[in-house]
Amino acid sequence: MMAEKENNRNWILIGLTVLAVIFFALDIMLGSVQIPFREVFNIVFFQKSENTAWLFIIEKIRFPKAITAILAGCGLSVSGLQMQTLFRNPLAGPSELGITAGAGLGVATVMLAGGSSASIYAISQLGISGSWLIVGMSSLGSGLVLGLILLIAGRIRDNVILLIVGVMIGTVTLSIISIWQYFSQPEQLQEYIMWTFGSLSAVTSYHLYVLSAVVIFGLTLAFISSKSLNALLLGENYARSMGLSIGRARLIIMFSTSILTGSITAFCGPIGFVGIAIPHITRSLFGTSDHRILIPATCLTGTVLLLLCDIVAQLPGTQTVVPINIVTSLLGAPIVIWIIISRNNIRSSFS
Amino acid sequence: MNDKFPYLATENLAIGYRSKGLPKTISDKLNLKLWPGNLVCLLGSNGSGKSTLMRTLAGLQPALAGEIYVKQQSLSDIKPEHLARQLSLVLTERVEVGNLTALETINLGRTPYTGWLGRLDNTDKEKIEQAVYFTDVSALLDKRIHQLSDGERQKVMLARALAQDTDIILLDEPTAHLDLPNRIEMMDLLHTLARKTKKAILLSTHELDLALQTADHLWLLKHDGQLVTGVPEDLVLNGSFESAFSKEGFSFDKTSGTFSIRKAPGFLSLYLEGDENLVLWTKRAVKREGWEISLTPNTQNQIRTIEENGMPVWELLNSQEALKLTSIEALLHHLESKTSI
Repeated sequence: MMAEKENNRNWILIGLTVLAVIFFALDIMLGSVQIPFREVFNIVFFQKSENTAWLFIIEKIRFPKAITAILAGCGLSVSGLQMQTLFRNPLAGPSELGITAGAGLGVATVMLAGGSSASIYAISQLGISGSWLIVGMSSLGSGLVLGLILLIAGRIRDNVILLIVGVMIGTVTLSIISIWQYFSQPEQLQEYIMWTFGSLSAVTSYHLYVLSAVVIFGLTLAFISSKSLNALLLGENYARSMGLSIGRARLIIMFSTSILTGSITAFCGPIGFVGIAIPHITRSLFGTSDHRILIPATCLTGTVLLLLCDIVAQLPGTQTVVPINIVTSLLGAPIVIWIIISRNNIRSSFS
Repeated sequence: MNDKFPYLATENLAIGYRSKGLPKTISDKLNLKLWPGNLVCLLGSNGSGKSTLMRTLAGLQPALAGEIYVKQQSLSDIKPEHLARQLSLVLTERVEVGNLTALETINLGRTPYTGWLGRLDNTDKEKIEQAVYFTDVSALLDKRIHQLSDGERQKVMLARALAQDTDIILLDEPTAHLDLPNRIEMMDLLHTLARKTKKAILLSTHELDLALQTADHLWLLKHDGQLVTGVPEDLVLNGSFESAFSKEGFSFDKTSGTFSIRKAPGFLSLYLEGDENLVLWTKRAVKREGWEISLTPNTQNQIRTIEENGMPVWELLNSQEALKLTSIEALLHHLESKTSI
């Protein structure tokens, strides 16, 4: 029985990996400019092509975008997974509890206060220090909101009420941003609003390195915490009785969640529903709560789904690209509704 | 007691809460000792502070004053990961984790011993097997926690605590959600465990009769915060037991070791004799009706209960009549009709 389950798990793992590779290839191949498959292959593996424009498109645009999709998929879903365990709440997620809004406040601070020189289109001109600044502020914003929610979560047992509180805090944060927007210049506003649509294509060169470094660091922290996360599954009292230093474990998990959400939100804008939906999909696919399996598996599922969303967002065959946030919301919101409907006892239970 | 020191001891311990900076003491000057191989039941009525004491002893809640010693080492000096190897917990709260199987839950008990990734080595697996064997949960291992009944779930949580391989186990109302057979099984299991493995087990409960039967020691927490300790039988005989739970309208029956609802004695007086079992249960029914039981046969109603051809029969004899009835219900009905005249 146990071995059979393990076997099953391996097959799903292999299936997801194959899907990830296929979607990655598709994501690079499809786009507004048609590039033959052979050329794409040549460019990816030998960095050469007869058409320099194609080389540029693949190397500078599509490849970074696909990598960003992978980073965002992994980072957001793992941060959602950590939050669901930390809050023992199946409805927890970066965008649901206002963490992304907090990150948005951080970004707004840099963009609106710093003038248009620091805005998203100027980000490409900004050096490494600029991208660190925006990542730092955004992570700080998400960390602050997360801390606030955690403080309130200590007093509230009811999952749904906590969710409402999270939405309220998110609303308050967004209002602060709105006030700021009200007093800002139109061109700054436009840039900020473009940012809120979410985009995977704004991350190039330096920024991709910065984002990769932060996300990999955050994921490593999450994986190191997997033993603590497992112990936390039984609740804080049991976790403490099994020798876990709750304060320290919680701090590491919060830090990892904040920098994952913060950095991805800073570069790609608020991407909704990935953080809440993917952990659930992964749990039901793998049938486990063991974070040692869940964290890598969530990364894989996140990769597959975000690459898929990105492919859909390009509306293959057309010249238009819709913002990624719209696609993830269209796909993610029904999943959240499904979670709520399929679990009648969602008020008291944890996943 | 051969062992020289208690596994768990307190010195002038004060427990309670700190609300708005002001300490609210529930009980103080507690000097308690928990010896190896002993099953101790902490008894107290609802709201007497049982859970607070348990939580304080487990280090989940700070003591207001005094010291707690775990194996002669002050609790405040012990690191969490070290304490987790000495003391394990079973809490009354229901654990809600959808996807965790029973085995995975029990495996978590090894958390204090495993490395940073929580990989289990052979010693870990051996301890888990022992825990599973003791609690007899091998049939449940592949099931998910939410598929288990309350009794099974509690056994799995106990197995998890056993896998933690500690000398002290604290259980906060482990029998709270269980039905009677499960409660008895649980208590029996804990008693055997304490004897066989020389662990010190402390459990809080309000199952008075079960605690009286199985506990080696009782800690009685009274409403005024006073805590009395002793062997159950001593506490019953010196009246501590009764006074701890005294309430208007209840009385403690020293002969049967149970509490019963005290009612004003009715004007009907009965004398019972016959088969021991039948007399016992008839007595209970008669008491519930509030009628008096006379110890001598010279009373208005005499009932003799015997078995005739394998069927119980109640013979009622009084000044006006002599008749045979075949059930307690019929007997009660008949007596009732007489009293209402």
